[in-house]
Amino acid sequence: MHSNKYTLGFMTIVAVILGSFLSIAAGSLKEIQELNVENDSKKNILSCLGFKEDPKSPWGPDEIQNKFNKNITAIVLDINGKRTDLDPKTIDAETDENNFPIYISKVDDKIEGYAIPISGKGLWSTLYGFFAIEPDGITAKGITFYAHKETPGLGGEVDKAWFQNNFVGKKFINDQGELVGIKVVKGKADPNSSYEVDGISGATITSKGLESFLVDDLKKYESFLKNVREG
Amino acid sequence: MLGKDKTLDFLDKKSKVALTDPLMKNNPISLQVLGICSALAVTVQLNTAVVMTLAVVAVLSVSNTVISLLRTMIPGKVRIIVQLSVIATLVILTDQILQAYMYDISKQLSVFVALIITNCIVMGRAEAFAMQNTPGKSFLDGLGNGLGYGGILISVAFFRELLGNGSIYGYTVIPESLYAAGYQNMGIMVLSPGAFIILGLIVWVHRIASGVEED
Repeated sequence: MHSNKYTLGFMTIVAVILGSFLSIAAGSLKEIQELNVENDSKKNILSCLGFKEDPKSPWGPDEIQNKFNKNITAIVLDINGKRTDLDPKTIDAETDENNFPIYISKVDDKIEGYAIPISGKGLWSTLYGFFAIEPDGITAKGITFYAHKETPGLGGEVDKAWFQNNFVGKKFINDQGELVGIKVVKGKADPNSSYEVDGISGATITSKGLESFLVDDLKKYESFLKNVREG
Repeated sequence: MLGKDKTLDFLDKKSKVALTDPLMKNNPISLQVLGICSALAVTVQLNTAVVMTLAVVAVLSVSNTVISLLRTMIPGKVRIIVQLSVIATLVILTDQILQAYMYDISKQLSVFVALIITNCIVMGRAEAFAMQNTPGKSFLDGLGNGLGYGGILISVAFFRELLGNGSIYGYTVIPESLYAAGYQNMGIMVLSPGAFIILGLIVWVHRIASGVEED
């Protein structure tokens, strides 16, 4: 039987050794982990703006950086839709009520589209993604989700191509110029409607959640997009 | 059956038993019914099941070795705490490495890597085997149990991915013509009930094959 003193001493040594071991490991891996997160979000911005990766030869980290730096300009807008000097990396798009990051895709100095971060509640979790808008400021160019914990096969289908492709070409501004968003309808959408997409069967709450936070997030950019529409 | 294999003859009899028993005869999932939670959660695709297997094998064999090395020094009163600290450290380390080098897969495995800490197999082997045996044997026991766990995980994932998604390891294997003829993927297989059904069938077949009977 070991004495209490021995037990206490042993536990202290174990705690110190294991603790320092972990902090060294976490510290040395931090840089590469942060790079992964950053690249993942850049890849999503590129993908919703129409730069699709070939699934057979996925982009490496350098390729993502190159494509992003070449084609995308990241700026931050204030509440009136005016450009600020802030760095988009310092803005938390989910919580910031005054500064809104926006990613502008330019090819040969011609604007090809705008991507905005979107996030909101689904059924189990907060969904995070990007929504891309055509240069006309009316039409959806694409949508992606990079983080969520919805049920795989049901709400989890939001990150699948069949669902995301539905959004391309839909309009979130009606003929009167009002922001109406894009409806995610139960079952099949009316093929003649420009404002609705097919819902996911068995995932009504995820679909409704998406529909409502998409409008909320678009509202933040409305003053900027109004200027875009008016040229 | 694997115990008779000549390739393992460099090991003495007890070590061989430690390594091979958990693969079939005393499988942690299908016979001891441990580690069920993760077996249900990460088996939608083969890809995640394989990475989860590697993570558990790594944690289990290293934790068994470390605890066996410390076994004479660990005070009996706090042995569970020491075991848990060692296991938790290894699991966090594994999680960090996955986040750094296999980011996409670590995103899919999400919380389940961290939950290896609470996997009963890991603590069970530390307490039941590593505390009484030499580091070499404990390492083999950890390896065997990890592989026994992984074998079941991969079998479940194989059927779930094939039936639920029509693919094996991400490659579509069900031909288009079959879908055109009216074949559909079984949606239930990508949800938890699918895992219960497959796992139940595997446990049943395994128990018949190995002739085990509950008391």
